[in-house]
Amino acid sequence: MDWLAIFNLALGELISPLTAAYILCALGLAVHFGFTGLMNFGQAAFAAVGAYGLAIGILTFSMPTWAAVLFGMACAVVFALILGIPTLRLRADYLAIVTIAAAEIFRYLMLTSGFSDVTGGSAGLSAFNAEFRELNPFPDGNYGFGPFTFREEELWMRIVGWSAVVLAALFVMFVMRSPWGRVLRGIREDEDAVRSLGKNVFAYKLQALIIGGVIAALGGMIFVLNLSNVQPASWGTNFTFMIWTVLLLGGAATILGPIVGGMLFFLLLTLTQSIIGGLVDIGVINFLSPPQVGQVRFLIIGLALMALVIFRPQGIFGNKKEMQFNG
Amino acid sequence: MANNISVGAAAPGCKKVDPILVADNVTRQFGGLTAVDVAHLEIPRGQITALIGPNGAGKTTLFNLLTGFDKPNTGTWIYDGKNLAGVSSYKVARLGMVRTFQLTKALSLLTVIDNMRLGAQDQPGENFLRSFLKPLWIKYENQITEKADELLKRFKLDAKREDYAAALSGGQRKLLEMARALMSDPKLVMLDEPMAGVNPALTQSLLEHIKDLKKNGTTVLFVEHDMHMVRHISDWVVVMAEGKIVAEGPPALVMKDQAVIDAYLGAHADTDLGTVSIKTIPAKSTKEKK
Repeated sequence: MDWLAIFNLALGELISPLTAAYILCALGLAVHFGFTGLMNFGQAAFAAVGAYGLAIGILTFSMPTWAAVLFGMACAVVFALILGIPTLRLRADYLAIVTIAAAEIFRYLMLTSGFSDVTGGSAGLSAFNAEFRELNPFPDGNYGFGPFTFREEELWMRIVGWSAVVLAALFVMFVMRSPWGRVLRGIREDEDAVRSLGKNVFAYKLQALIIGGVIAALGGMIFVLNLSNVQPASWGTNFTFMIWTVLLLGGAATILGPIVGGMLFFLLLTLTQSIIGGLVDIGVINFLSPPQVGQVRFLIIGLALMALVIFRPQGIFGNKKEMQFNG
Repeated sequence: MANNISVGAAAPGCKKVDPILVADNVTRQFGGLTAVDVAHLEIPRGQITALIGPNGAGKTTLFNLLTGFDKPNTGTWIYDGKNLAGVSSYKVARLGMVRTFQLTKALSLLTVIDNMRLGAQDQPGENFLRSFLKPLWIKYENQITEKADELLKRFKLDAKREDYAAALSGGQRKLLEMARALMSDPKLVMLDEPMAGVNPALTQSLLEHIKDLKKNGTTVLFVEHDMHMVRHISDWVVVMAEGKIVAEGPPALVMKDQAVIDAYLGAHADTDLGTVSIKTIPAKSTKEKK
């Protein structure tokens, strides 16, 4: 087994665009769940709305990339309004059911052949990132060192993705420290108490849903710009649960939590994949076939998560004091 | 008998000299059960009014209806000249009619001072777009923090300023909830069992706080089972039973009313229930608090 290659691969995952995409979605979920207490199990839909908005904006409406990004964000706002207005009066657990259903509805709408002129149906959409590549200011060549060596387009993708992460994180940090964020945290604790203090709880919840949704839409855009195609299959419930994992790993009501949680999650995912795969290859583990390795690593990560939630429910960065009294 | 609060003699649903809240024909049914059926009720302005009655009399339901936390089947009520029927709860609070809850709703994972700040109204930074521009709200934030600190001092919670509300005792949470309600300078404070679960040492100071409210011109309406408190601080007592107002009047008078004795006080009419329930029959008193 080539341990150096394994660690290089894993370290590279730390700052991959995919990691950035998941982190953005988790930051959005932190706004929903961590700060406002909205049990949104349809975060995949917000990411998908952003991704499809971007691709459809470019392909169908011939928008320049910057306009398509704004279009995708606007689509996420509309989706949040459609989802939020009828459902935000529901109790937390019912909201979870409705959001998971809404995400599936959106995915099936994208999958159906009825709209395949626009959505590409089950094949999805591709060839929308030509302009994004042209925008790359870096000349051809290799950049960086060691595990962090990238070709010019890889560097460009990473810079865009991680700039989005930094901006979104600063944005969330800023608004959560304001009195507006204080009202959201109040709503997380007890809606009726906040209502009795004269705050329009419904409006605040809707605003939080929109803001978290738009951040997730940005994540979806980074996700598909990196892959250069949009597939309906990417936005299933497993996408949502990966985001939840990232969020809970780092700490739900924190800014750094989703970021470090996302990095750690993908580091572990790659490490377990490579190590178990390597052990299977050299015959140390002989009861697994190579295709089973992918499943086994999720199994291990699942167990690790259970342990985390049981022994450290506040996540890595969560405030222990804040969690001590929960329940 | 004459008094300076009601027009004419005290009787269920009697007119008041200067009412702040007038409710008419308010009913609320839960299935076949009529929880509240109030034909007419006026709450005198600037006075401390107690709402008493046996468990299940509809006191808390009436509170919920008047503050917009529940919708009545029928009825209108006018607060300070404004019709509040159908107005949502947060708007009711903005109009200066602020309530507390029987089961205390301190925001446990916010610090005590943040709980207090949340009680202030019209903070421009609570608007999403303005929340970015700190200069727009920081001045007001400092003002409300100062006011919050003053109130915390008055309620002897200043030592707990930076603690999470979850770390407070039950009685301290009651105090915090009351102090938080006062952040908006309400005109009418509605306290739902402010004494439930508060230890006797704190009771005295809570009573003083409620009397202070009256001195500052705030109207107080409270639900309470503690007869000692009712006798000690209220100017007017309204008695509910089975959803209806069965008696009204100054405390001394109401306690002698046969309807009240039948409906609520029973054989203990002449004893101080508040003290008795704590000292001799603790099991019963905890049951009552629920």
